[in-house]
Amino acid sequence: MRVLVVEDDLEAQRYLVKGLKEAGHVVDEAADGETGLTLALSRPYDVAIIDRMLPRLDGLKLVETLRQERNTTPVLFLSALSDVDDRIKGLRAGGDDYLTKPYAFAELLARLDALVRRRDPGSIKTRVAVGDLELDLLSRTARRNGSAIELQPREFRLLEYLMRHAGQIVTRTMLLENVWEYHFDPQTNVIDVHISRLRAKIDKGFEAPLLHTVRGAGYMIRAHA
Amino acid sequence: MRTHKILRTQAFRIVAIYLAIFALSAFALVGFVYWNTARVLDRETDATIQAEVTGLVEQYQRLPFYTFTDVIIGRSVRGDEGLYLLANNNHRVIAGNLDSWPQISPAENGLVEFSYQRRIGATTQLRRARGQVFMLAQGFYLLVARDVDERRQLESVFQTALLWGTGLMILIGLAGGFLISRRVLARLDVINRTSGQIIRGDLSQRVPEGHRGDEFDDLAHNLNRMLDRIERLLRGIREVSDNVAHDLRSPLNRLRNRLELAAMRQPPDSETGRDIDAAVQETDRLIGTFNSLLLIAEAEAGSVRETMHEISLTDVIEGVGELYCPLAEERGQHFSVTISPGGAVIRGNRNLISQALANLVDNAIKYTPAGGNVSVALENSGGQAVLTVKDDGPGIPAADRERVIQRFVRLESSRNSPGTGLGLSLVAAVASLHEGRLSFGDNHPGLWATLSFRRVGDEPRMARVSTQELLPQPEPVG
Repeated sequence: MRVLVVEDDLEAQRYLVKGLKEAGHVVDEAADGETGLTLALSRPYDVAIIDRMLPRLDGLKLVETLRQERNTTPVLFLSALSDVDDRIKGLRAGGDDYLTKPYAFAELLARLDALVRRRDPGSIKTRVAVGDLELDLLSRTARRNGSAIELQPREFRLLEYLMRHAGQIVTRTMLLENVWEYHFDPQTNVIDVHISRLRAKIDKGFEAPLLHTVRGAGYMIRAHA
Repeated sequence: MRTHKILRTQAFRIVAIYLAIFALSAFALVGFVYWNTARVLDRETDATIQAEVTGLVEQYQRLPFYTFTDVIIGRSVRGDEGLYLLANNNHRVIAGNLDSWPQISPAENGLVEFSYQRRIGATTQLRRARGQVFMLAQGFYLLVARDVDERRQLESVFQTALLWGTGLMILIGLAGGFLISRRVLARLDVINRTSGQIIRGDLSQRVPEGHRGDEFDDLAHNLNRMLDRIERLLRGIREVSDNVAHDLRSPLNRLRNRLELAAMRQPPDSETGRDIDAAVQETDRLIGTFNSLLLIAEAEAGSVRETMHEISLTDVIEGVGELYCPLAEERGQHFSVTISPGGAVIRGNRNLISQALANLVDNAIKYTPAGGNVSVALENSGGQAVLTVKDDGPGIPAADRERVIQRFVRLESSRNSPGTGLGLSLVAAVASLHEGRLSFGDNHPGLWATLSFRRVGDEPRMARVSTQELLPQPEPVG
């Protein structure tokens, strides 16, 4: 996909661009807000990564202007500010996600994927399926290979989130933010325990596992290994 | 309520004390003037009586009795303050200007005092007189006296003056004291209100300064200068921590990016690859500690007050309970969540309170052996909503309970468990940000930890710094 990177820390920008290119993306970069805005308005991008604090035009202003111009490119804010308020300000200005520096590159890639996928009009569905696992979003029931699976409400939300992002890496932080709506890191990795419970319910007794752990990144649900 | 407050002010007390001293001295002064005047008047009366008696006795000895009677009659009709009465041994009136022998009572210096009726036109008046009784040779009595009713009137004038004067003085003094105190109180109240706002975290407030140049303006000015200085210092600390945050985040970010890129180029199971993975994990731990420190600093500075809303603690405890329940069960612990009916609503930041509760639950699970119990409860106690986390692990020795909330403090017994030593500091910072309280106790065995917050609707009326606290208090002696 085409990614726009607006970052004034040149070394950080270099690694970001390099990493994104190695992950197979096409990248344009800018080191200040004005150049970033010109680029964002002149070419279509699948996603934009924008630093909160930029010279010449602040990241918040950049995105506000972008939205005023009816540009809907998904925006991921990068910020060295971790203030609880800053995140809200960023999302209010029109950002779609917010990542505090320093971040894991795997986290960034996973979030970019999720942002781009979210634009799919097909995301408003009443049924999701991965292989022989089906989720009915209206009756809130799950079946695998035709037989019903008992799920707690939170387990259902967890599975729903994973299945809506089928084939994509979903990080623990993304799960904590989207399924539990917490923006903090628990001292112990409680998410792993929830995943292993879910795994026991959907994969136990089946030959082909659907829920996979991606080393150093997170989890992924997909039909074929 | 307000009147009561004014009566308790230092200004009013000072006024009252001065008033008492002033009233006492005024009383003494008027009393002295009265006493002296009365003494002079008495002495004059006594001297006149003495002179008359001497003159009459001399005439009595010189003149025949009937001529003496004429003398008495002559004096009686002079119409001045002199009173004369000549009577026989049965006290029957022979001559004089008194109708009958009066009821006399002895007074000092061998004199007597008595009351008599004086006719003035058609009315009679009961008046007071003072004089001397003399026994003459043939068993006759002679009473020579003077009317002293004016002196009595003088006495009553003084008494009235004293009574009214003192009464008015006290009344005017108290009213004045009340007004002065109210003025003083009004100015102190402004200072107190501002201090209250500052205590609650709004450091931009300043005490209004007048232009009278009096001691209150001096006080306001000095307070404001002190606040300026505190604000400058705090801003300095904030700037430093912001700069540290920014300056450390960027290199940490680059470090992590570099390591990740390096890892991508290594075959996943090579030795270098594993080393790089370990380095990434170490970096993440560093980042975690760093983020916790910044969050604690932010919570302590009170800068997240803007993101406080009314939140339901029932949601918080259910959410955190649900998040941690599988972890406890996986470790073979019994985990329970109890919520008192009705729940509780407080004003706060949901994310921070959830994180604080999560840290307490995390610790409880970490230190409780398999088969142990971990329970989380929400209770209402008075105006407080209390979150309690109990476990039957090793607990914290009483002597260490204050220490564990300090940054980086890890007890010897927990050295080998993972953790940064910042978890409880964060809980304490979150509690203080919400004007709540974190406390620990012995669960026999194990530890209980409570987080208490003020419930919405139970806020006390403005936290007041009492006027007393702002006035200079005498140093305790000894």
